[in-house]
Amino acid sequence: MSILVDEKTRVLVQGITGKEGSFHTRRMIEYGTQVVAGVTPGKRGEALDGVPVFNTVAEAVEATRPNAAMIFVPPRFAADAILEASEAGIDLVICLTEGIPIHDMLVVRSELDRRGTMLLGPNTPGIISPGKTKLGLMAGYIHKEGAVGILSRSGTLTYEVVHQLSTRGIGQSSCAGIGGDPIIGLAFTDLLARFDADPQTRAVVLIGEIGGTAEEEAAAYIADRFTKPVVSFIAGRTAPPGRRMGHAGAIVSGGKGTAKEKTAALQEAGVRVVENPGEIGAAMAELLGR
Amino acid sequence: MKIHEFQAKEVFSSFGIPVPTGKVAATPAEARDAARALGLPVVVKAQIYAGGRGKAGGVRLVESAEEAESAAAAMLDRPLVTHQTGPEGRIVKRVLVENASDIEQEVYLGITIDRARRAPVVMASPAGGVEIEEIARKTPERIFKEWASPQIGLRPFQAHRLADRLGLNAKTTRAVAAVITNLYRAFAETDCTLAEINPLAIVSDGAALAIDAKLNLDDNALFRHPDLASLRDPNEISDLELEAGKYNLNYIKLDGNVGCLVNGAGLAMATMDLIGLAGASPANFLDVGGGANEEMIEHGFDILLSDSDVEAVFINIFGGILRCDILARGIVAATRHRDFDLPVVIRLEGTNVEEGRRILAESGLGFRSASTLSEAAALVAQAVSKEAA
Repeated sequence: MSILVDEKTRVLVQGITGKEGSFHTRRMIEYGTQVVAGVTPGKRGEALDGVPVFNTVAEAVEATRPNAAMIFVPPRFAADAILEASEAGIDLVICLTEGIPIHDMLVVRSELDRRGTMLLGPNTPGIISPGKTKLGLMAGYIHKEGAVGILSRSGTLTYEVVHQLSTRGIGQSSCAGIGGDPIIGLAFTDLLARFDADPQTRAVVLIGEIGGTAEEEAAAYIADRFTKPVVSFIAGRTAPPGRRMGHAGAIVSGGKGTAKEKTAALQEAGVRVVENPGEIGAAMAELLGR
Repeated sequence: MKIHEFQAKEVFSSFGIPVPTGKVAATPAEARDAARALGLPVVVKAQIYAGGRGKAGGVRLVESAEEAESAAAAMLDRPLVTHQTGPEGRIVKRVLVENASDIEQEVYLGITIDRARRAPVVMASPAGGVEIEEIARKTPERIFKEWASPQIGLRPFQAHRLADRLGLNAKTTRAVAAVITNLYRAFAETDCTLAEINPLAIVSDGAALAIDAKLNLDDNALFRHPDLASLRDPNEISDLELEAGKYNLNYIKLDGNVGCLVNGAGLAMATMDLIGLAGASPANFLDVGGGANEEMIEHGFDILLSDSDVEAVFINIFGGILRCDILARGIVAATRHRDFDLPVVIRLEGTNVEEGRRILAESGLGFRSASTLSEAAALVAQAVSKEAA
């Protein structure tokens, strides 16, 4: 098992003929991901390494029956691309685009809630279920199939943690980025619920950062019903207030969203929070008795 | 992106929000002429992005044109230090000269995005003139809220319900509700992340007047508002941040002495935290992008070198799809022709790392190489303490 995606997931790539879209589609196919279709308006009939390209999501769905969509389109068109995927009936939409206007995302999120479409991101590196499938930007070969689930708001920091685990012989069930933006789809709590139900997952690493209340909500969820051990790291203890630290969502505003508050909430919930990002792998190894 | 008060007031006017009559002046003489033209008394207000100007001497009520001139002379081309600017303050380049208003009462109005509820939240308080954070801390029961639907916006009944809670008379309540409706339109139509009127003055005839104005715009939506995008004031952005912006680097100047260059925002924050844990202090946040190509590393390195506070450099790159040997060649190429005598600690990890470390070691550029994050942090702390000794 794994969460959200596995070897049976059939992937549609929106923006497949673009620079990012074509590059990552090829990396995903190499990893073994089933990419069944691509969409780029005006490029119907073309193909990318054998993957057929369509003009619209609706016709791609009709012809190839994908159940997940990945969005690699520029920020000003990305909100529309998410809605197009949702309207075509795709259950899981993964939006990798960074820089979508926040007002666009407010409308998209409320519309997706109404339709029941799941959205991962935007501004996410995607998700990988090692050994099964990869729907994202991460390098497949740093991962190892195993029992630890990873949830994160960032990209390279997640790869760092994966590396710390894999080099210790600790594999991963699924690694998902929820996205670095202030308005996103699936939250830590939604994915914790899935890891709890996943028999392959024995423990979870939760990588948070300053801004918003996603970590506090995760802490409340963990205290209330999560049954597996959790190790956490919160980035941004040394970040100045009022400044956006790269991610649009990483900002301490009005004294709220600090690493200190998040750490306290998670510790209160029984989570092992490490201060040193170099010690996340070691903390998990200790917890698993390795 | 922030804009100045006088610019925000122009936006307000275009959305039907009443503002005092005023003129912008860049010299004391212009301020004097503006005061004469407007009629006395007037208020002279320093135009900088930071708040807290009143307490810092950046707002003066004057009774004559000559006083307006001397008030402007005392503000212009000098730094104004408020609790939001940092100790160096901000240089005042313009003042806004406005008709003084006969204020009977002050209220607070603000709109921002509530991340937890995923909707715009409209806030009102009878405690006008006080910062919202302070009201929230001292008298949270005096802040009233309405959440707008992202799809259909703020409904008129919500604007009236909010205004009604401020305890004003019927005529003023109607005037305030109209301002709330128009402020919401401005917020939504110009893609704001914050729209604030503090204070909104109730003047003698029961009308409402925006005495101050603050609009923060969503950088990601500026492509829809080229007119507003052009208002960005380079005077308000540090030279290094301006330079970084040209190359699409995420750079924020901090007050420590360890310059750091990292790929990815999360890893960049974690790297700053690591420097802090090692007993040193980061000079900046710098994310060269998850993919980190040679050109980005080169521009990032140049920015660190031009920061005189930097005493040691820490490059932390995780190579995933982009392999470490290629990254190492990039780092060598980016630094080879630069003249620097700072200690440079490099921590490279990921695919083909051995080859990458070999390239760095054989470059002859004197890099100190670390394999783990903790080891790198210790090397950095050591480098900085040696510099200080």
